[in-house]
Amino acid sequence: MTLAPPSSRVQLTDDGKLRHFLSVEHLSRPLLEDILDTAAGFVDVGGRAIKKVPLLRGKTVVNLFFESSTRTRSTFELAAKRLSADVLTLDIAKSATSKGETLLDTLRNLEAMAADMFVVRHQDSGAPFFIAEQVTPRVAVINAGDGRHAHPTQAMLDMYTIRHYKGGFEGLKVAIVGDILHSRVARSQIHALNILGAEEVRVIAPRTLLPADADALGATVFTDMVQGIEDVDVVIMLRLQRERMDSALLPSEGEFFRLYGLTNEKLGHAKPDAIVMHPGPINRGVEIASEVADGPRSVILNQVTFGIAVRMAVMSMAISGQESLDAAQEDDHGH
Amino acid sequence: MDTKANLLIRKGRVIDPASGRDDVADLLVEGGRLVRVGASLDAPGAEIMEAEGLWVIPGLVDSCVHLSLPGEGPWAGDVASECRAAAGGGITHMAVQPDCGPVDSTAVVRLIREQAGQANFARALPVAALTQGLAGEHLAEMQTLAQAGCIAVGQAGAPLADSLTLKRCLEYAATFDLLVLFRPEDASLTAGGCAHDGAVAARLGLPGIPAVAESVALSRDLLLVEATGVRAHFQQISSRHSLALIREAKRRGLPVTADVSIHHLLLDESALEGFNSHCHVMPPLRTARDRQALLDAVADGTLDAICSKHQPLGSFSKAAPFPSTRPGISGLDTLLPLVLKLVREEALPLHRALDAVTAAPARCLGIPAGQLETGRMANLTVVAPDEQRVMSERWLSGGRNSPWFNTLLPGSVRRTVCNGEVSWLAG
Repeated sequence: MTLAPPSSRVQLTDDGKLRHFLSVEHLSRPLLEDILDTAAGFVDVGGRAIKKVPLLRGKTVVNLFFESSTRTRSTFELAAKRLSADVLTLDIAKSATSKGETLLDTLRNLEAMAADMFVVRHQDSGAPFFIAEQVTPRVAVINAGDGRHAHPTQAMLDMYTIRHYKGGFEGLKVAIVGDILHSRVARSQIHALNILGAEEVRVIAPRTLLPADADALGATVFTDMVQGIEDVDVVIMLRLQRERMDSALLPSEGEFFRLYGLTNEKLGHAKPDAIVMHPGPINRGVEIASEVADGPRSVILNQVTFGIAVRMAVMSMAISGQESLDAAQEDDHGH
Repeated sequence: MDTKANLLIRKGRVIDPASGRDDVADLLVEGGRLVRVGASLDAPGAEIMEAEGLWVIPGLVDSCVHLSLPGEGPWAGDVASECRAAAGGGITHMAVQPDCGPVDSTAVVRLIREQAGQANFARALPVAALTQGLAGEHLAEMQTLAQAGCIAVGQAGAPLADSLTLKRCLEYAATFDLLVLFRPEDASLTAGGCAHDGAVAARLGLPGIPAVAESVALSRDLLLVEATGVRAHFQQISSRHSLALIREAKRRGLPVTADVSIHHLLLDESALEGFNSHCHVMPPLRTARDRQALLDAVADGTLDAICSKHQPLGSFSKAAPFPSTRPGISGLDTLLPLVLKLVREEALPLHRALDAVTAAPARCLGIPAGQLETGRMANLTVVAPDEQRVMSERWLSGGRNSPWFNTLLPGSVRRTVCNGEVSWLAG
């Protein structure tokens, strides 16, 4: 007996529609392409005089941020508002749990507000899976980043960016550079690139910033930046947290920049038309030189614009998946 | 009132790993004492139990259970409720780890014995704390605790980081020839982790606990055992790298034994897929290769015993995202069924598997139990080895935290006799 992998069982309806968006892993290529195509339809909304479409009118979206975030939270908020939803943002890092309320108690309280969607960021890997299993069936859960595990909307906006500039994924070589060990973004990007048919995904980092069994991530592992970046079409730089020096993972920002920081010189080893990406916020002079961040190959700012469209796509698809479940249930009761 | 059993168990398959006996025979208990095992016994006035098709084996000895006193911490159940669960699982003796209380005063020892005694289902044998409050700073009154009935000393899940303190603890324990239990773990290598540092943790983004967290500590502990000459039992070996160290220690004649928890013989890191918090245990489930190496080590005797590593938890302990859940599996209900499952799947040979939950752990702990010895108070279990049952339909432990809670497992215990008294009778 072969069961569908747990992650896809939870996040898809029986007929394969998205009802939660928790992880890219185990999703199909057509579904990911559907997300990108749907997002394409939303990119223009931001350019209109009235920046709204009515797809989520009458729906309530609750942003549950157990870990603080400015950027991701505000793009989700904006995405929900452009879909005409009512939006409530709770910075739980500073409220309920610090008063000793358990995550389950918090959820029960929020359900009582008749929310239709939870957008969740949590410091524990797997938290959105736990929440999706616990919430009433009508609530869609979107993962806005869990521990080191996944950040699927960030990965999909990166895929949108790559497709926008490269036309597709066939034959592409992509290098992801930096703190792979702690990066939920890298894990989701690797899954997405492999599913969408990239030729090769590489990760580049010193051994202290790679997980044990890094091969299991689905990428080729390099510890040398110049070798790893050779001939790639896309370079994705990851943010380096200051704490890494305190926990003896790196000697200094200076040495990291010298060995793994992206400079024009190192970028010279990539393909001449290679693009440079970064999920932000960037640390100039730590993982990326200003000359690259502000240079002609950088597409970092466009990533932000696409981020809103991709989040609108995922939110509208999950709500429609939930609605198809409700319709099916009503059918069952009718017969 | 005399509650000692007068019981004739007829035509069961009597398996006693200690003596090598395995044949169909009758077994007679008089006044609680096992008096005879043989063909066509007769006993006027004794209760007769027909055991055709059933196995009669020694009462199981569980070398590691974590229990709590009433109202203590996050635990479900207490000494009394879990003794009953043990009886229903065919277990007659269990080593209660020193984190119950903790066991650092004779008052706690008395309390545990009293609670267990009132329940009268299984012998709860306390292990004394090596250090006061398990805090790793001051020696506990080990000899006083041993004289009060503790069978060994140990640190439960709080291994000593400071090597000098550990050396002094071992020297003091060796003075009185006390058995020391070790759960080898280097706290600095474990810190913050919740899963084996391998392929699954890499993908799921779970902070890892490397195999060397165990083997680094085990190396140090073995060197200190050798230096102090103390008798040692190592608990819940989880990694294949540790096995070579245990083998080498035994080969050199050190007074060392070891056990493994039953769940490490059945599950590996892949059980964590989907963030299944019922598989969050310490030490963590390791790779498929480790699991096979552990099975091989049980088969060849490198690992002497299999324990339940029973940790009954309240439901709230698992109602959180994986890294925030409390590790542990409630194991008394499933120890014998899972051992039988391994035997059915030919992962372990029958006699060695039963030895590893009866005579071998009794030998490791230095207690007179785990065998069908005539002339002694009877400790035995009658089990229907092939009868499958849904575990949740008769779950006795206060903790339901088990990946096997709703599954079908072989081996239904029909009757348990503990210290000459019937402690469990299937309804």
